Amino acid sequence: MSSSPVNNTAAQPVVAKLSEATLARFDREVAKYPADQKQSAVMACLSIVQQEQGWVSGEAENAIAAHLGMAPIAVREVTTFYNMYNQQPVGQFKLNVCTNLPCQLRNGQAALEHLCQKLGVDNGGTTADGLFTVQQCECLGACADAPVMLVNDRQMVSYMSHARIDELVDVLKAQAK
Amino acid sequence: MLDLSKFQSQGVETCFHDRHIKPQIYAGLNGSNWHLQDYEARGGYQALRKILDGDAAMPGGMTPDQVIAEVKASGLRGRGGAGFPTGLKWSFMPRALPVQKYLVCNSDEGEPGTCKDRDILAFNPHTVIEGMIIAAYAMGISVGYNYIHGEIFEVYERFEAALEEARAAGYLGNNILGSKHSFQLHAFHGFGAYICGEETALLESLEGKKGQPRFKPPFPASFGLYGKPTTINNTETFGAVPWIIRNGGQAYLECGKPNNGGTKIFSMVGDVERPGNYEIPMGTSFAQLLELAGGVKGGKKLKAVIPGGSSAPVLPASVMMDCTMDYDSIAKAGSMLGSGAVIVMDETRCMVKSLERLSYFYTHESCGQCTPCREGTGWLYRVVNRIEHGQGRADDLALLDSVAESIMGRTICALGDAAAMPVRGMLKHFRDEFAYHVEHKTCMVPQYV
Repeated sequence: MSSSPVNNTAAQPVVAKLSEATLARFDREVAKYPADQKQSAVMACLSIVQQEQGWVSGEAENAIAAHLGMAPIAVREVTTFYNMYNQQPVGQFKLNVCTNLPCQLRNGQAALEHLCQKLGVDNGGTTADGLFTVQQCECLGACADAPVMLVNDRQMVSYMSHARIDELVDVLKAQAK
Repeated sequence: MLDLSKFQSQGVETCFHDRHIKPQIYAGLNGSNWHLQDYEARGGYQALRKILDGDAAMPGGMTPDQVIAEVKASGLRGRGGAGFPTGLKWSFMPRALPVQKYLVCNSDEGEPGTCKDRDILAFNPHTVIEGMIIAAYAMGISVGYNYIHGEIFEVYERFEAALEEARAAGYLGNNILGSKHSFQLHAFHGFGAYICGEETALLESLEGKKGQPRFKPPFPASFGLYGKPTTINNTETFGAVPWIIRNGGQAYLECGKPNNGGTKIFSMVGDVERPGNYEIPMGTSFAQLLELAGGVKGGKKLKAVIPGGSSAPVLPASVMMDCTMDYDSIAKAGSMLGSGAVIVMDETRCMVKSLERLSYFYTHESCGQCTPCREGTGWLYRVVNRIEHGQGRADDLALLDSVAESIMGRTICALGDAAAMPVRGMLKHFRDEFAYHVEHKTCMVPQYV
C-alpha cells in the first residue's frame, strides 16, 4: 500500500483545506436541516466535493466531517455505501451506462460495449489520456429514453445509439480542459 | 456545465404527446411551461386557496379533517408501489401531538422500468409542491423534504428552482397566503442506492447515514425522520392531490374504477414502438395501453410483461392481455401494479438472460443488513448466471425455488422479496425455458443460440 488515498489510522487525520466558496455551498445545504441535524447535509457536501475535485479523497471526507461535526468514519460509511461517489480519481468525463433490463432490451448493453470498444477501455477503466472513465451502472430512472448514460453524475444523455455515442465522445473531447 | 443539449431528452417522446387518456398531472405540458405562472394559469394553487380561503362551495375553507376525508373519498392509493390508501395513511399521523412532524416525498425513482416521477418533477413540479403543502396542512406538519433520485440531478435542480418560485409567491414559508399555516419545503438528492426508495432507508439517508432500512414497527408515523412522526408519499401521489381537492374526491374516483381511483402514469418500456409515459384512467385495459405505446416493437409477437417494475412477477402475454391496469386486476393475475413500470418483452427474448440481469441488480443493491437477502440474492444471481452460460445443473431449478423461498418474508425490508419474486414468476411461467437451458446448455429462443 504505497500511495493509498484512504485515510489511515494516523493519530492526526489529514484534513483538506476547502475554499470559502465550497464552504458556502455546504452551508446552503446545511441550512435545510434542523440546527442539530447538520449530518443530513453530508451527501450533498460529498457530491459538491466530487463535482469540484473529481473524487472524494480521505482528506476531503475529514474536512466534511469537521464541518458537519461528524466522525470521519461516519462520512466514510456514506461515501462507500452510495454507488455514485468516486473513491478514486476518475477521468475528466465519467460516463455511466445503464444496462439494467429495461435498458438491455433497448441495446443498453450494446451501448456499453460500443463505448468501451471505441475508447479502448474495459468496463470500469479510464483512457490513457485521462479523459474518459466508463462504468456500467444500475437504473438511472430514464428507462423510456434507453440507452441512457450519465455524464459526470449530473447530466443525463438519452437515446444513445452507436452514432450518437460516437458524436458524444467527439463533443466531450472538444470541451476537454 | 458541459454543453450536451443535443443529447438530452426533451420530454417530447415520453411526456408531451397526445396519447394520454384524460390526463390530470401531465395535461397541457410542453416542457417550457413548468414555471409557477404557467401552473397558476392551468388552475394551479387553486386547491390550496380553496382550503385556506374557501370558494363558492366551501366558503370557510376546509378543515384538515375535511381534506383527509376528501382524499379518502377519492380512492387515491400510493403510487410508489405499495398501493396503500393515501387518506388512511394521512389519518395515522398523530396531528395533535405537540412535537415537530415531517412530511417526506419519495422521489427516489429507481425501480427499473420507472421514469414517470422524473417527468412530473421536471415538467410539472408545482403540482407536487402544492400537493405537499395541502398534505402538510391536513396533518399539521411544518417541515418537509423531497428526496430525489441522485441520478436525475438536473431534475433536482429544476425542483429547487420551482421551490424558489413558490417561496417568492408566498406559497411556501411562514403564514402561507396570510393564513396561520406555515410550511418549509426543501429538496434532497440521493447519490446512487436503489434501497433508498424503501421508506425507512430513505429516512436513514435523509439523516446523512447509510441507507439501511429500519425494522418496522415502529412505523414512520410514530418514529420517522429524526425519530419524529413522519408521513412519506410518492411524487405522483402528492401530484394527484391538487386535482382531487379542486374537483372533489368523487370525481377522482369516477375517473378510475372502484377501489382504484383516478388516473395513473405508466412507463411503457422495453419492446414497444414508442417507449414513454402514459397517463390513463385506472382500469384501462392493458391492450389499449400497449396500443398507445405503438404496440410491440417491429410488429413482433408479445411474449411477456413485467407489469409493475422489475420487482413484480412476470406475466405471460396471454394472461397480461386479459388484464386491466389497476391494482386489483394485476394482483388477481398473480403480479402487482407496483410503480407502474411496464416492461414489455417480445417473442425473441430469452427469459434466462433477462432474469440474470435482474438478479445481478438485486445482489448489487442489497444493503447487506439481512443475511437471507445479502447471501440469497448472490445465490440467485450465481445460479441463474451459470444456467445462462450453459453450466446449469440438474437440480438448479429446485435450488432457485429453495433460495427464493428462504428469502421471502425473512428480511427487514421488501428488497429481499423484490429479488425473490421475479425468480418465482419466471419459474412459474417459463420453467420450461430454464429447464431447456439446463439440459441443452443453450437457449431455446433461436436468436440466442
